[in-house]
Amino acid sequence: MEEVNALLQGFGVALSPLNLLLMFVGVILGIIIGVLPGLGGANGVAILLPLTFSMAQQPGGTTSAIILLSCIYWGALFGGAITSILFNIPGEPWSVATTFDGHPLAQLGRAGSALTAAFTSSFIGALIAVIMITFLSPVVAGFALRFGPPEFFSVYLLTFCAFVGMSGGNAAKTIASMMIGFALAAVGLDSVTGTLRLTFGFTSLLKGFDFLIAVIGLFGIGEILETLEEGLAFKGASARINFKVVLETWKELPRYWATSLRSAAVGCFMGIVPGGATPASFMSYGLARRLSKDGNDFGSGKVEGVVAPETAAHAAGTSALLPMITLGVPGSPTAAVLLGGLLIWGLQPGPLLFVEKPDFVWGLIASMYLGNIAGLIVVLTCVPLFAAILRIPFSIIAPVIIVICAIGAYTVHNSMFDVYLMVAFGVLGYAFKKLGYPLAPLVLALVLGDRAEENFRNAIKGSQGDLLVFFSNGLVGGLTSLALLLLFWPLIRAGWRGVLGKS
Amino acid sequence: MENGEQGSAASVKAVEIGVAVAIFLFGALVVFDSYRVGARWGDDGPQAGYFPLYVGLLICFASTAILVRALRNSALAAESFVSRDELKKILTVLVPTVVYVALIAPLGFYLASTLYIAYFMWFLGKYSWAKIAPVSIGVSVAFFLIFEIWFSVPLPKGPLEAALGLN
Repeated sequence: MEEVNALLQGFGVALSPLNLLLMFVGVILGIIIGVLPGLGGANGVAILLPLTFSMAQQPGGTTSAIILLSCIYWGALFGGAITSILFNIPGEPWSVATTFDGHPLAQLGRAGSALTAAFTSSFIGALIAVIMITFLSPVVAGFALRFGPPEFFSVYLLTFCAFVGMSGGNAAKTIASMMIGFALAAVGLDSVTGTLRLTFGFTSLLKGFDFLIAVIGLFGIGEILETLEEGLAFKGASARINFKVVLETWKELPRYWATSLRSAAVGCFMGIVPGGATPASFMSYGLARRLSKDGNDFGSGKVEGVVAPETAAHAAGTSALLPMITLGVPGSPTAAVLLGGLLIWGLQPGPLLFVEKPDFVWGLIASMYLGNIAGLIVVLTCVPLFAAILRIPFSIIAPVIIVICAIGAYTVHNSMFDVYLMVAFGVLGYAFKKLGYPLAPLVLALVLGDRAEENFRNAIKGSQGDLLVFFSNGLVGGLTSLALLLLFWPLIRAGWRGVLGKS
Repeated sequence: MENGEQGSAASVKAVEIGVAVAIFLFGALVVFDSYRVGARWGDDGPQAGYFPLYVGLLICFASTAILVRALRNSALAAESFVSRDELKKILTVLVPTVVYVALIAPLGFYLASTLYIAYFMWFLGKYSWAKIAPVSIGVSVAFFLIFEIWFSVPLPKGPLEAALGLN
């Protein structure tokens, strides 16, 4: 049990007083971010990332910094449930499915049980995903040590094809959004040939577009604009959780063990394959409704209807970190921001991280266990406080959030140009959201664009331009074939159904 | 939905087509620039435009598909993308935000932020100045303490900070 030993060492790192403090700070900040409109896991972490630059330079500081940021992520995952249940406003897209049964429960006066069920199942979903990460990530990383440029490019290809095939939305829009991300990533100085690309003489474009700015603008400003037109009346159920309600709900929860396990499995799978937390939560809600005894009553306030999406969303959000630390391929926008953090701190995410920085990796994994425990404690005890944040009038909170976004954008490179860009990305994000262009592929392409291109170039350089290099051995051929299968999955499925329907 | 249609500032179809055309032009720009820097095989491997060329072509293909679908779908013309009221609301936030961002450089971050929050509370929230002043100034002071002192992350400063000797 090599993993268990490594994990115990990780706990040694994560349990230092400073790191424990950072965990609670991160979780609390994360919940606030998750509750506020316009701030979410991805842009919340992006805004706070510059604050960790100096922290990461101290010895052992990178571990503390990743613990802080990943705990913000866990907090944001928890926070989304609070607004969904109490206010019927999903703070995060993955908590939309939680509103279906969570808010009716709150209206029935059972807000306490809905919240307890949501937090507990979030915790269980995350726990299952972390256990999977503990045992699976060394295997994946060991496997990936044999990867060369063609293999890495085919992994990227797999990631992006999965987006097109699995997202279920309009494929052309997914591709357009993704390719815009790649094009923006190409702007600036080409590191291989030293040529300037797509700058058109503007010196401010020399450095290219930073994805952190894109994340802050697309998700932050865009969401504020969207919230604005939906109207601003926050009418919430009151939030009181007392210990009796918690115990009563905990007694009820074991009944839904099958739903929990199934949702966790859906979540883990969807998190690794970059489909993400949002489809996972809808999928497991749908499955639970179909398979549960009282599936017909779903939507009227069933605890099981809260358990299913919350378990899946949290499991997916957590397992999105598995490909991030083992392959350097993030499974979600927030994981992409964390990956960006690693790069800025001077760490190279990927299989070598397990060999070169075991303290960092296992400290992070151990902090996932501890951070989620910290999160559960904080949310169960402090819900009324966090719910009070939403009662701050929109005309105060909205400008404050935009100011925070502007500060976040400025501090990435201490550049005013980035702040202007952020506003432009905000308008783009608003239009894209309303027209159904997915934003996650754009962000991921912007993050991975340079490295995808580099691996692509190195691969075809090695083969003298022959694209068959992506089928040159079993490993890379398998990955590429799987990517193509996922890309054309909707067509294949439709064709298959057509064949079955006719016969 | 009669009212919604009358009050519509733009139909989904119009915006969908506009955005698809804009994306197509962007893709064409990428293709053009890739040819400019060279998209063929150089002496030592692929040239700088080799990879972006395909990216640009895919943008053009995808946006054409979106455009064709939008043109064929007549139902989209009846759907409102944004009503006049909504557009007005969005502009009351977007315009001041643009002004705010433009004011940061001459006025400094903290003064611009104070004015921005004050404007919001006055215009959207209809608060009295007795409430606006403490909240807007208090938030900026809090940000100053957090960023300049606690995290020592300097933000752009202007004449006010110079006058107060805080630079």
